Amino acid sequence: MTLEVILFILFGLICIISAVLMVTRPNPIISALFLVLNFCSLAGLYLILNAQFIAVAQVIVYAGAIMVFFLFVIMLLNPEKEKRFLEHKPKLKIFTIVVVALVLIQLIYMIFLAHPNDSMTNKVSESVNAGTIESIGREMFTNYVLPFEAAGYLLLAATIGALVLAKKKFE
Amino acid sequence: MLNNIQEFYNILPIVILGGGIILSVFIELYSQKSESVLPWFSILIFLSAGFYSLLTVANESIVLQNMLSTGGRTNIFYFIFNIGAALVCLLSVDYTKKYGMNYGEYYILIQSSVLGMMLMAGAKDFFMIFLGLEIMSICFYVLAGVNRKKEKAIEASLKYFLLGAFATGFLVYGIALIYGTAQSTSIDIITSKFTELSGNIIFLVGVLLFLIGFSFKIAAFPFHMWVPDVYQGSPTTITGLFSTIGKASAFAAIIASLTALFSGGFQSLFLPYLSVLAVFSMLFGSIVAIAQSDIKRMLAYSSISHAGYILIGLASGTPVGVAGVVFYLAVYTFMNLAAFGIISLIEGENDANLEIDTYSGLGSRNPVLAALLSLIMFSLAGIPPLAGFFAKYYVFIAAIKSGLTWLTILGIVSSLISVYFYLRIVVLMYFKERETEITYSKSFSGMLGVVISVLLVILLGIFPGSLLDLIIAYL
Repeated sequence: MTLEVILFILFGLICIISAVLMVTRPNPIISALFLVLNFCSLAGLYLILNAQFIAVAQVIVYAGAIMVFFLFVIMLLNPEKEKRFLEHKPKLKIFTIVVVALVLIQLIYMIFLAHPNDSMTNKVSESVNAGTIESIGREMFTNYVLPFEAAGYLLLAATIGALVLAKKKFE
Repeated sequence: MLNNIQEFYNILPIVILGGGIILSVFIELYSQKSESVLPWFSILIFLSAGFYSLLTVANESIVLQNMLSTGGRTNIFYFIFNIGAALVCLLSVDYTKKYGMNYGEYYILIQSSVLGMMLMAGAKDFFMIFLGLEIMSICFYVLAGVNRKKEKAIEASLKYFLLGAFATGFLVYGIALIYGTAQSTSIDIITSKFTELSGNIIFLVGVLLFLIGFSFKIAAFPFHMWVPDVYQGSPTTITGLFSTIGKASAFAAIIASLTALFSGGFQSLFLPYLSVLAVFSMLFGSIVAIAQSDIKRMLAYSSISHAGYILIGLASGTPVGVAGVVFYLAVYTFMNLAAFGIISLIEGENDANLEIDTYSGLGSRNPVLAALLSLIMFSLAGIPPLAGFFAKYYVFIAAIKSGLTWLTILGIVSSLISVYFYLRIVVLMYFKERETEITYSKSFSGMLGVVISVLLVILLGIFPGSLLDLIIAYL
């Protein structure tokens, strides 16, 4: 077994266990902390796939910014009633199980039956170069310059919208 | 990157809008009277972008690394969006003052939403469709709840946001599956590979999810749950924005992304989905609208049934059908903007005068407004020689030419049902007296907006060929 395979099994196991624990905990704060662990191990999996930039972004944006924000919201709202949310809504539970089963069937089909990697190259050197910040930046400012600018306008619109909705003074 | 100056001229409508948004932010920042400057500045931006795109309709090209198409159908859509948005701003000037929500940000958000719509209409890549849709939707969620004092507006905003996010989930999942099977997000590449991909079940599921995501945005039947509440709760002028150019932009994105449907023989692939949606939207919208007592809710159900008629044009899957759809969207934009404009003039404090019964006796009390509203109701019902008739006519003709006679018959049945609730308002206005007096707010700019919209509806009814020839020539 190479180091790569050992790391893959390690991160994969942490990923699955933390995901299961996250869903089954009744306390939302503990759930959120397990989600942070899940994101971090996912970042490890990205690193094994030579996607350094996505791995770093995953840790900084998801595990760092978004989940800390999430934790603050949970602590401020203190959702006592929502802790047993699914038990009050049995129909919602069935709906959730159906959706999860559909996604699972689709994933199994994709991985084992649809041969997704037939048309992919597995040259390691190319994938190492593609995952660096330098090459992502170059793509962003050449081939994907219009989506990049559009994303800028999206963030501007969202900022202005948040200001309008949360503005303190109101006459 | 742009390769030459001609490409810059071609994307100038988008540059005008983008620059206008930044300038508006600075006007809002530094000007004390920004809320009285910005509506007129926005109208100037919209009119210049709209007429520029109409004048440069012949400059067909694909720019920015296959991300955006310019000229042709794209520019015709740019024209519709910009003129519609200019009319919304004109109607909003006094309406926002009446409700104490005349902030400059209101107009900046309208400009941003139009930028998103334009990116969707011109998209040559699924990236751009998604980003354009998100820019538009985020502005819409905020605009629905811009009147924070009204509980119903906040409810509308939240409902729109949650269901909009749900729809976006479908859309992104669909795009991910399409990308996974086609190894590209470029619409041209996917279209060229379409024959081999159409046998792949994952690709088809991706296309289906993509269409479901957009079915939410066009408010077609099983995905319409949010429409009545959101249309009723939002400020009336903003409802006009959602229901007209918001819907038109979603159709523009469907047309831009399903070019395979219109160039190859893949009509039969999409036909079951599109025709089922069309039939249920038309009949459901028309039948439920009869039972409504609130005029905004009634127009919300009528917009569901109009989405059905437009879907007939898409289902026919021919260039003639697409031309009919574009024409229908233009006419529908001006009709509905006029209708919501008149409602916004009659609407009083705290949702007063929104019941259909308050319109009784309008014919003797305010003859001009009553005459304009009757014209619009006749046009919405599809009575010749108004533009609404020709819009339905072209869509139905395209369907018959593609052998969808049964769909056309159901469409005609549905529009016969709809005559009842449109003409009920006309009957109330002219043949019923009202005991209590209601006050109408006088607004010059609002009246101007309504009159321009009605004039456009009449002109498109008398000379439908002027726009339709342009659409067919540059399809």
